[in-house]
Amino acid sequence: MAEKNVEKIESVVIRFAGDSGDGMQLMGDRFTNTSALVGNDLGTFPDFPAEIRAPAGSLAGVSAFQLQFSSKDIFTPGDQLDALVAMNPAALKMHIKDLKTGGILIVNKSNFTAKNLKMAGWESNPLEDDSLMDYMLYDIEISRLLANATEDMDITSKTVERSKNFFGLGLLYWMYGRPIEPTIEWLKKKFKKRPELIEANTRALKTGYNFGDITESFATQYEVGPAPFESGTYRNIVGNHAAGLGLLAAAQSSGLPLFFGGYPITPASDILHQLSHYRNYGVKTFQAEDEIAGVGSAIGASFTGNLSVTASSGPGICLKGEAIGLAVISELPLVVLNIQRAGPSTGMPTKTEQADFFLSMYGRNGESPVPILTPATPGDCFFIAYEACRIALKYMTPVFVLSDAFLANGSEPWIIPQLSDLQKIEVSFAEKEDGPYLPYERDEKSLARQWAVPGTAGLEHRIGGLEREHISGNVSYDPDNHDLMVKLRAQKVAGMIREIPPTEIYGDSTGELLILGWGSTFGAIRTAVMSLRDDGKSVSQAHLKWLNPLPADLGEILLRFQTVLIPEVNSGQLIKLIRSEFLIDAIGLNIVRGEPYRKSQIIEKVEEIL
Amino acid sequence: MTDTSAATPLSRKDFVSDQDVRWCPGCGDYSILAQTQKTMPDLGVPKEKFVFVAGIGCSSRFPYYMNAFGFHTIHGRAPAIATGVKIANPDLSVWVITGDGDALSIGGNHLIHVLRRNVDINIVMFNNQIYGLTKGQYSPTSEFGKKTKSSPFGSLDRPFNPPSVALGAQSTFVARTIDSHTHHLQEMLKRVHEHKGTSFLEVYQNCNIFNDGAFAHLKDREVKDDNVLELKHGEPMIFGKEKNKGIRLNGFNPEMVKIGTGISADDLLVHDENNRNLAGLLANFTEDDSLPTPLGVIYSEDQPRYEELMIEQIEEAKKKLGEGDLQKLLAGTDTWEVA
Repeated sequence: MAEKNVEKIESVVIRFAGDSGDGMQLMGDRFTNTSALVGNDLGTFPDFPAEIRAPAGSLAGVSAFQLQFSSKDIFTPGDQLDALVAMNPAALKMHIKDLKTGGILIVNKSNFTAKNLKMAGWESNPLEDDSLMDYMLYDIEISRLLANATEDMDITSKTVERSKNFFGLGLLYWMYGRPIEPTIEWLKKKFKKRPELIEANTRALKTGYNFGDITESFATQYEVGPAPFESGTYRNIVGNHAAGLGLLAAAQSSGLPLFFGGYPITPASDILHQLSHYRNYGVKTFQAEDEIAGVGSAIGASFTGNLSVTASSGPGICLKGEAIGLAVISELPLVVLNIQRAGPSTGMPTKTEQADFFLSMYGRNGESPVPILTPATPGDCFFIAYEACRIALKYMTPVFVLSDAFLANGSEPWIIPQLSDLQKIEVSFAEKEDGPYLPYERDEKSLARQWAVPGTAGLEHRIGGLEREHISGNVSYDPDNHDLMVKLRAQKVAGMIREIPPTEIYGDSTGELLILGWGSTFGAIRTAVMSLRDDGKSVSQAHLKWLNPLPADLGEILLRFQTVLIPEVNSGQLIKLIRSEFLIDAIGLNIVRGEPYRKSQIIEKVEEIL
Repeated sequence: MTDTSAATPLSRKDFVSDQDVRWCPGCGDYSILAQTQKTMPDLGVPKEKFVFVAGIGCSSRFPYYMNAFGFHTIHGRAPAIATGVKIANPDLSVWVITGDGDALSIGGNHLIHVLRRNVDINIVMFNNQIYGLTKGQYSPTSEFGKKTKSSPFGSLDRPFNPPSVALGAQSTFVARTIDSHTHHLQEMLKRVHEHKGTSFLEVYQNCNIFNDGAFAHLKDREVKDDNVLELKHGEPMIFGKEKNKGIRLNGFNPEMVKIGTGISADDLLVHDENNRNLAGLLANFTEDDSLPTPLGVIYSEDQPRYEELMIEQIEEAKKKLGEGDLQKLLAGTDTWEVA
């Protein structure tokens, strides 16, 4: 065995890239899990094509998974890559630009055939000319090595070929000093009924691991130690999954059955999938005929006293608009999750964007105010989904949650919350009293009307999309009443300002520059601000979880800084609101590439300003 | 759903709301409302368990006039909203009141899907073959070539045949009645209620403002008996003022025959509510001018209800997996401790 160096490093960014059928997402998942188990902090970014199986070897079919793991606190999947695994020429073509100079490049040489090179648009084989000389290239004939490793097994060459992602995984486990046992255990569970697959994949994993260990060309192993986590029990969590759990926790806390009405759409479908498994929690999921029926059924269930939720993405939210307006005027609780993706129209369904803020805020006819909440990290999706339910029930209103594809599919280590620590959700239904039931009588403080569910004797009443008379709830065309109701609905939402905790400022509470963000830009902004502050720059961060209403202290905070920078993955939406609300000459950073921000893009902008 | 609370039986008055009815004087909707209010007390359902859901259109104002839980929603979406109501609480008696435009045009998608799912709700579709609330445009059931405000040269649309649409959507109950046949209408409302699963009742309804007389041939005392075939399960299809006409099957085609001319009742088709093929034939009668218009239950079959199947799944899952432990679920399968 060759003598190996072990080099300690703080953080590593790696990316697996290959055909969408090559198991890149699975490889990423396993590496993430193992890294979590050794105690690293993590950020992940799955990046896959909308096509399920584009032609093998094509650029359109490349699927990738990026992760950063670190011995310190991190907030993003990282910018430039320390290592890239490219399983074919197309993956190399698509991703090589992100690899650092001097970075580790592992390619499956067996796939660099003339046909694949041509499909990926390489004019000559990059493994044979000097186009990759800036990198530490390891071109490995993975397919041949695996064929050798499994020649005594009675399995097809296709099965052998399909295990090549585990070779790559094994090699990286060796390179970064991670154990292979958790993955072997996982394989045993996953393929319980297919022992030949357990064996083939385990051999591939070990072959990759041993290849690193015994091959002279790999001279260095890297060690990334555990991160300084707060003590507790952790798991790794993906944003959409966290949101689904948050909904379930809210149902349990409120004591209401959870009803989810939805229609499949990327990248929101996972929430429908997940909740459909929770029948033993009494969850009722309804896969409707379309987006409108998804939200419609949820509104019906809400009228009937359930905690009702729908989830979709931009195009589906457009279809739901009219029904959400119905929930506004009929003042029924409803949670609407918008897992934003790049638009307009079908846009880029698997890519992230933050361009639906105005759609949520203003995308309905008439004066139709709704509260809007937005999570900052994958784990935060749990708490925001829970809070959205609490607000919907307390105020009898639809509530928007603005997540996005980056949060939905990304993951991070998550300290498992104790249900008993969550703010209890109190719900009371109307009961029969003397006199007729008045459906639009309001609570003095919250302005919420009472919830009277069908089946309660004596509370028979009618609601609907026509304007209501204040208190009686009868249909009314009276001009004064309409003006009053428009104002009451607006006041109800504006009054939720009392629910918003004081805005946290990272860095100094006053200074030259404040970076104000919302949603999934949190990690990139935080990383950039940390780095800028290390360089002695006067930069602070505030991150909004409530977009409507805005926090009470925000105007005053903004005035404490000479300049306010607002990065958004849109052409400038929050910034328009901030400018008009607070008359502040904020500056925007608006790169709309269907990708999350990189730390470097934010730093560049700050350096331009300061 | 038996009445446990009512010491005094319910009456029509209990279902009359305090709202002024605002349909045009002479509108067929008045009769449908009255027959509904008369029928509800006899169904053995406590009043608070009735829910009326409507979309948009003249018909869809209906919930305001019923003293029951009501939800006047948005155009075409009532079946979706009612589905949510029924799934959330299967113990409720859920009614969708809709029109030909609401159900078959803007809401066509929801209608066909609720029918195939067989959620136990009762859909009463007022068919006046015109858009009334928007003041007189042709509807998806208007006859081809109809001249209206929006079709001055005649409409170019071929109309839907509502029972055919319903049968094509795997409906488990299809029936038809007329606003002015009060007893028949009441009987159909009862049948609709009794059917477990989605019931589709088409009610021919006269719009005396924009499409007056559309169903005159089925209503006028002089001619109606010769134009209407009242369906009775297990009985031969006989109609006519003199009860001397019948329907016979000739190959695949139904034909009108005179009884007596060598033809007896034994030669006639016998109605069988549970026969889907026969239902298809009956649904098409309205497309053949030589045949009478069938009224009554065209088709009925028993199939599992969506909301009951969902509850079965929930109970099954609880039995198999136990009541969910959310704290455990939050932890997932792979956790690690940080000291």
